[in-house]
Amino acid sequence: MQTKYLAKIFVTLRPSVLDPAGVAVQSSLQQLGYDNVDQVRIGKYIELTITTTEEKKARQDLASICDQMLANPVIENYRFDLIEVETQTGVF
Amino acid sequence: MTKFGVVVFPGSNCDRDVAYVTRDLLLQPTRMVWHQETDIADLDVVIIPGGFSYGDYLRCGAIARFSPVMQQVVEHAQKGKLVLGICNGFQVLTEAGLLPGVLTRNRDLHFICDRVPLKVERTNLPWTQAYTNSEIITLPIAHGEGRFYADAATLAEIEDNGQVVFRYQGENPNGSLNNIAGICDRRGNVLGMMPHPERASDAMLGNSDGLRLFQGLVEKVAALA
Repeated sequence: MQTKYLAKIFVTLRPSVLDPAGVAVQSSLQQLGYDNVDQVRIGKYIELTITTTEEKKARQDLASICDQMLANPVIENYRFDLIEVETQTGVF
Repeated sequence: MTKFGVVVFPGSNCDRDVAYVTRDLLLQPTRMVWHQETDIADLDVVIIPGGFSYGDYLRCGAIARFSPVMQQVVEHAQKGKLVLGICNGFQVLTEAGLLPGVLTRNRDLHFICDRVPLKVERTNLPWTQAYTNSEIITLPIAHGEGRFYADAATLAEIEDNGQVVFRYQGENPNGSLNNIAGICDRRGNVLGMMPHPERASDAMLGNSDGLRLFQGLVEKVAALA
């Protein structure tokens, strides 16, 4: 039985890394009058679908995909959510 | 003779400038190496040029790192042979794990196109043997993501091992940690640098401070032969 999952992947800068784009956006928001805004950090959001026989395998594959390519562990962290979108059984 | 190979990814744009220096100015055999090639055993020096490989999608150098030729470049480096990454090439080498750290967005967000003074920190390397110790040279830079970053422990290790080869002198243009403009690996056979020596090699363009890097390489390889 194959299950297709939608993965929602969030790649964020590690807290110790300077984010000059975030700083620029924050300063612009404050100029707009939102002086209650702080700690703007800009990251990436990636969606993909992955088809596996079990959720555990999907999670293992995704961790490997993120470690190898989607995030650079020197400066970035990642997390992902998995949503089951389709289950196919029997003969195709 | 020193055989140079210049790697060409989709989006590389300094490849022919590098080949002009090694082939036309220094008269060394030079070939362009397409990113899908899987045999580069004939080469003495591999150069990964500047540009925007794969459109800089995801992160600079992140996708180029997985192209077929990069496995060969890693093996070339592991054999102790010479690998130079310039600008985007430096970014590719950090992504590939051949050099530590990462190049991040410039501190002030601008794409910087300028000529900057650099201090040559080491001359006991094939890359810099034609310079004098602590010499200040001027090379062009042109990058949006050139701010060298590594965590504190890695940075200390880079400094302790003497891996910093070039440092921005005076004003730091991009916020690079420790003013780092170029580093080598522990053995010294892999060099990554944000400045463009190939753009300062033909005296007709007004500056030839970069030429000695390539001349030094030719001498080094000739001495080994």
